[in-house]
Amino acid sequence: MRKGQYRFVAGFLLVPVALYLIFVIWPYIQTFGYSLTDWKGQSQTFDFVGLDNYKALFQDDIFMGAIWHNILFLVFIPVITILLALFFAFMLNAGGRGRAGGVSGVAGSKFYRVVYFFPQVLSLAILAVLFRAVYRSDGGGMLNGALVKLGLVDADRPVEWLNEPDFVLWALIVVVVWHGVGFYLVLFSAAMQSIPKDIYEAALIDGASRGQSFFRITLPLLWDSVQTAWVYLGIAAMDMFILVSTMTSGEFGGGPDHHSEVMATVMMRNFLYYGKSGYACAMGVIMLLLTLILSVVMLRATRRERIEF
Amino acid sequence: MSAPLKETAPPPAGRTPAKVPAKAGERRGEGVTLNAFSHGFLALWALMIVLPLLWLVLSSFKTDAQIAGSAFGWPENWTFDVFTRAWEKGIGDYFLNTVIVLVFSVPLTMLFGSMAAYVLARYPFWGNRFLYYFFVAGAMFPVFLALVPLFFMVKRLDMLNTYQGLILVYVAYSMPFTVFFMHAFFRTLPTAVFEAAILDGASHTRTFFQVMLPMAKPGLISVGIFNTLGQWNQFILPTVLMQPQSGDDPERYVLTQGLIQLQQQQGYASDLPVLFAGVTIAMIPMLVVYLSFQRQVQAGLTSATLK
Repeated sequence: MRKGQYRFVAGFLLVPVALYLIFVIWPYIQTFGYSLTDWKGQSQTFDFVGLDNYKALFQDDIFMGAIWHNILFLVFIPVITILLALFFAFMLNAGGRGRAGGVSGVAGSKFYRVVYFFPQVLSLAILAVLFRAVYRSDGGGMLNGALVKLGLVDADRPVEWLNEPDFVLWALIVVVVWHGVGFYLVLFSAAMQSIPKDIYEAALIDGASRGQSFFRITLPLLWDSVQTAWVYLGIAAMDMFILVSTMTSGEFGGGPDHHSEVMATVMMRNFLYYGKSGYACAMGVIMLLLTLILSVVMLRATRRERIEF
Repeated sequence: MSAPLKETAPPPAGRTPAKVPAKAGERRGEGVTLNAFSHGFLALWALMIVLPLLWLVLSSFKTDAQIAGSAFGWPENWTFDVFTRAWEKGIGDYFLNTVIVLVFSVPLTMLFGSMAAYVLARYPFWGNRFLYYFFVAGAMFPVFLALVPLFFMVKRLDMLNTYQGLILVYVAYSMPFTVFFMHAFFRTLPTAVFEAAILDGASHTRTFFQVMLPMAKPGLISVGIFNTLGQWNQFILPTVLMQPQSGDDPERYVLTQGLIQLQQQQGYASDLPVLFAGVTIAMIPMLVVYLSFQRQVQAGLTSATLK
């Protein structure tokens, strides 16, 4: 019995562990080793170069610019997405006219939830095609078309949203927010619904306004979810590869003139286009370090005393 | 998300009336403006979601000249030719490739993921904790960290640009979340049923497949939806692993990759309606899955972050 049990355990673990080791863990480990070599990918031979790749990285203006763009995404994407999601979630769950002194959601909240969440199931590739059409640089683009109709933009000189250094990052942020708000709205809604209604009712009886009940009751009790959302959005902001590489100009995106470059696009270009595998591996390691630092900092910075209810 | 707040019973009478009437008028005023305000914003955002999507779908019924002309011209080219053309220009193949990969990768992910999770959740053995963290840790690292060696690993196995290569990689990269989620799920299942099955003489393997797995169905559905959507929308892994390796190696692009490819081609060939029709075709299965399993999809995707 005992022996049979061990054979069973081993048998069940064999394939999953093997697959996971070969395709996930081993490549992760190898990256660290390759990042210390001048491997060019095509050639089978390579030399150990120590930290040269890392030194070169810090003198690579394109990569440094890319880190800066990732940091900008890191600041704006979570803040805008979370604020909008919280606002909408509160509206859906407690924004309605109070009936009999109770707290209720607005009419049609179910419909809104279905619509808002939908972008989340679309692939980012679809979003890239959609928003390239929306941002088209002539009157045929949805945004330019609308602005021309409103008389805000001259029909002869429409805005090149994705080719204007000042606009390109914002254009990308809009796409991410558009995509993410519904998801975090559902996440926050679920948390809001687990808050007992008597708390709101008690606050209402005590004469609290809607704003007060949001800031004094909802937000503190939702803090855990906000924190999770923050970390997840932060990780998404460190990536951004799909949108940047498919929406902006240049091989693997990053244009105009590297103004929308992120770490992932620089890395993929170096790996798949220039064939600098060792150098790309060093970038991968830097991305990992920054992601880890980010998670720790965010968890620390947003730590609050947990409220049990 | 199951029951909206407003459906719950009104608070017990006798508790509320005491103080509320004094401020009733004022509160009503506040309620009305806030209501109009909140409805306005909610409706605006809903429009911002729906309009671009609708506009894109309608654009596939425009001619190329119309698309370049004005954004808000009403489509006039009401034929489904464009969808046939998009299907023949590659969308059909991309679609098929994605389906072939997912038909194998999703069930295999679920099978291997729940096998590992089950053993880790219910059998104490030396190294159990370590293996669990070993699986779960994978979710913390960005996939970019592994890309370069992964490419050469798959190359060495001679599986670049093959279905089996992509299938195995998808299964491996879906392991962390699947194990994590199913592990939590298997822990909640009652031990009594398991013991009864063993007492009745069922082997461990049989107990798993005929007793425990069917009991874990709700969990399997959530993870299944999560993995299906995740693998269907995957872009980075196929971009690296599914490039034709030589001149006579056929293209085996998946849908996401194919759409981007089509976008680049149509930019030059200026046949944008085909591109928009392609996107519409790619959106339809997602829309159908979403609308039919709307609650499970929302629950499945958000529980990923909540746990």
